[in-house]
Amino acid sequence: MNNMQPKSFFFTPENEAEAKKIIAKYPAGKQVSAILPLLDRAQRQHGGWLPSAAIVYVAGLLSVPEVKAFEVASFYTMFNLEPTGKYLIQLCRTTPCWLKGGEDIARTCETRLGIKAGETTPDGLFTIKEVECLGACVNAPVMQINDDYYENLTPDSVMKILDDLAAGRKPKVGSQTGRCGACSCGKGDE
Amino acid sequence: MGCPMPKLTINGREVEVAEGTSVLQACEQLGIEIPRFCYHERLSVAGSCRMCLVDVEKAPRPVASCAMPCSEGMVVHTDTPAVKAERQAVMEMLLLNHPLECPVCDQGGECDLQDIAFAYGKDRCRSREVRRRVRDKAMGPLIVTAMTRCIHCTRCIRFMDEIAGTHELGGFYRGEHLEIAPLIEGPLLSELSGNLVDVCPVGALTSKPYAFRARPWELTKTESIDVMDAVGSAIRIDSRGGEVMRIVPRLHEGINEEWIGDKTRFACDGLRLQRLDTPYVRGSDGKLQPASWAEALGVIAARLKNVQPSRIAALAGDLVDCEALFAMGQLLDKMDVGNRDCRQDGAVYDTSVRAAYVMNTPIASIEKADAVLLVGVNPRTEATMVNARLYKRWRRGGMAVGVIGQAADLGYAYEHVGYSPVALRDVMDGKHAFASVLKAAKNPMIIVGAGALARGDGEAIHAAARELAESFGMIREDWNGFNVLQQAAARVGGLDLGFVPQGQYGMGVRSILAAAQGGRLDALYLLGADEIDTAHLGKTFVIYQGSHGDRGAQRADVVLPAAAYTEKDGTYVNVEGRVQRTRRAVPPVGEAMEDWAIIAALSRALARPLPYETVKAVRGAMIAKHPHLGRVDDVSVNAWQPFGKGGTLSLQAFGAAVPNYYMTNAICRVSPTMAACTAAILPLQQKGEGK
Ligand code: SF4
Ligand code: FES
Ligand code: FES
Repeated sequence: MNNMQPKSFFFTPENEAEAKKIIAKYPAGKQVSAILPLLDRAQRQHGGWLPSAAIVYVAGLLSVPEVKAFEVASFYTMFNLEPTGKYLIQLCRTTPCWLKGGEDIARTCETRLGIKAGETTPDGLFTIKEVECLGACVNAPVMQINDDYYENLTPDSVMKILDDLAAGRKPKVGSQTGRCGACSCGKGDE
Repeated sequence: MGCPMPKLTINGREVEVAEGTSVLQACEQLGIEIPRFCYHERLSVAGSCRMCLVDVEKAPRPVASCAMPCSEGMVVHTDTPAVKAERQAVMEMLLLNHPLECPVCDQGGECDLQDIAFAYGKDRCRSREVRRRVRDKAMGPLIVTAMTRCIHCTRCIRFMDEIAGTHELGGFYRGEHLEIAPLIEGPLLSELSGNLVDVCPVGALTSKPYAFRARPWELTKTESIDVMDAVGSAIRIDSRGGEVMRIVPRLHEGINEEWIGDKTRFACDGLRLQRLDTPYVRGSDGKLQPASWAEALGVIAARLKNVQPSRIAALAGDLVDCEALFAMGQLLDKMDVGNRDCRQDGAVYDTSVRAAYVMNTPIASIEKADAVLLVGVNPRTEATMVNARLYKRWRRGGMAVGVIGQAADLGYAYEHVGYSPVALRDVMDGKHAFASVLKAAKNPMIIVGAGALARGDGEAIHAAARELAESFGMIREDWNGFNVLQQAAARVGGLDLGFVPQGQYGMGVRSILAAAQGGRLDALYLLGADEIDTAHLGKTFVIYQGSHGDRGAQRADVVLPAAAYTEKDGTYVNVEGRVQRTRRAVPPVGEAMEDWAIIAALSRALARPLPYETVKAVRGAMIAKHPHLGRVDDVSVNAWQPFGKGGTLSLQAFGAAVPNYYMTNAICRVSPTMAACTAAILPLQQKGEGK
């Protein structure tokens, strides 16, 4: 992993301008609060993961001790400290999802892709990660792939989603049963 | 807005507290003990361990008392069965992953977790889960880690952030995966890192040099003071069977609060090595041979016979106590010898006024300062506890710091005013912007390093600093911001006692060394003086009195073994002019004697007897002549009188007065721990400076 670490990191001019805007949103003396959006910018700029150099860079921008920035970056599972596949699958493993069959979802992903949680497929396409509650328990079980949520999953729908992605197609985002949001209107409920 | 003096009831007792007092503190005021792990009175409140739970009436659930401010009319219970059960539950959780290894843990016997578990824990474990194991972290030669024992109180992280200022530790990942670790594994760079051993409530961070050497209940505890620098931190010497096992800090709000520097704590293994345990006389073969006291003193008496007093000189070292300096001074007076000096660094600035050579701002008063100009000084390496106070003050905000000298990493931000003494002029003349900062400040300070004053233009710097202090409102009835930061524990005492050249022809360090080299000196008495260039003393007959076979002893013709600071009752005057005493924790090694006693014995051998049989007698005579030395722990206000000669400020940049914090005297030079620090930490510190 260490040889993947770039020696240095700088924001692109666009991101730098954006960073300035973000920092300006916080009251004087509280600029440190910008650390989360800035780390996120850095991660996006760097292809979905956050190298050490980027964390150091953001710490420098905000004049916060480096160790604090590393604490933040390692605390949030949304930050990837190692390179990930093109599609980062985050499997929710918290109680509501688990009650609704999260285990089967995890098993399906693992078998379909031939890797375990924490691993990346050899072709660099998929990484599986286990995370805590994604905040969409109403539509449990849930997984997140990059920025999109996939909800009300079943082993079958998971297979379909993965097949689509592997084939370069865009799968259907959101509830797989067609439930409209978290609505109780019943539309799309099983 | 809270109420100015909330009144609350704790266990049926009413108490009125200052606004902002936490429930835990209020309980303490009533003498009610609240168990705690994460709370530390000198660190910010984390509220993370939950051990301090109490019940507050009308509150829906138990309350963490360390993080709950008192409010009017609160009714608190700390001793109900419910509270007991709550604490028991917390304790059970804390112990879920804690290894049961007290018998092999160095914290045993002084472990908060052990003590509190004893008081609040259960004796059964209900968990059948696998315990978590955490990889140990490398933290350098001083701290050994056992991270599985860590209870994640974050005290160590907060200490590094809030006291040491090096931000070296962090809590990475979270929940079950949380690990406390240095950002970069390897030696911690702070000179205060040893305090982590005390700060950590469990055995996760313990002392590496002391590992498995003793148990706390076997130790004899002696309250004393430190002599590794001029600050004189309050310490406790823990000894067993005549051996110093470790040194730990003692509370002194005026000086070190409850911390000490790593040299103070860890150099004590140097007390066991290379000790002079018997007198030595250089034989005809040029080698030092062991001798009896009578022989050694006889040789000195014979060699000094018929030597002109003007061809004899004495130099006092950095660790010498006042009693020794006083007795030595008296003996020299009796012998008519005026050549003497206690300033091994060769400084010659005017010391006729006390305010000219001490910190006139007591260390605790740094907290009132709002602007500081550091001149040729690195307080981090020269007086770690002073730097800690500056950092504490700076952290609170509203203090500007200016630096003239090397741009070292001090932990706080500063404006780099210049590299050479000439920058003093720029500030004086208002050419540098920092002048207006000082002008605007309410309580401005200047701190001049001892190293700056030992330079060729030391007198000019001294005078310029005084001028600056006077013209920037630093000298007032209620405030004196002029400070000289001495490095040597013996220095202020030596200057107070006037251990400087006497009479019209008396020579100081520089002339004495030149005379020795030029063959114009017949005898030189080194009273613990090791920081001089001993290679160029010519044919001079050299007597060395001290505790360690260091530079001075190696060159000496007669060596007289003396007690180290842990082995004697001695008076020292610290950098603020505060009089303090060391206390004997262990007996001197072998034949070694206390310094004053050696001088008294020598005086008899020289037929110029000093009338002292006990240290009390010397001290009594000393206090009779210098009454302030009897006022222990007093920081008196020093009268401001004109001093200094002045001269031309040089353009030559200031160097580092203490290039290696870990090696500044004969004791640390032989300490294996200090050697390990020098090898492991110094290169990293220097690299850090470079970046
Ligand atoms: S190492 Fe010690 S001080 Fe640091 S968090 Fe763990 S228990 Fe607390
Ligand atoms: S438990 Fe899975 S989203 Fe909340
Ligand atoms: S002492 Fe109060 S929560 Fe730790």
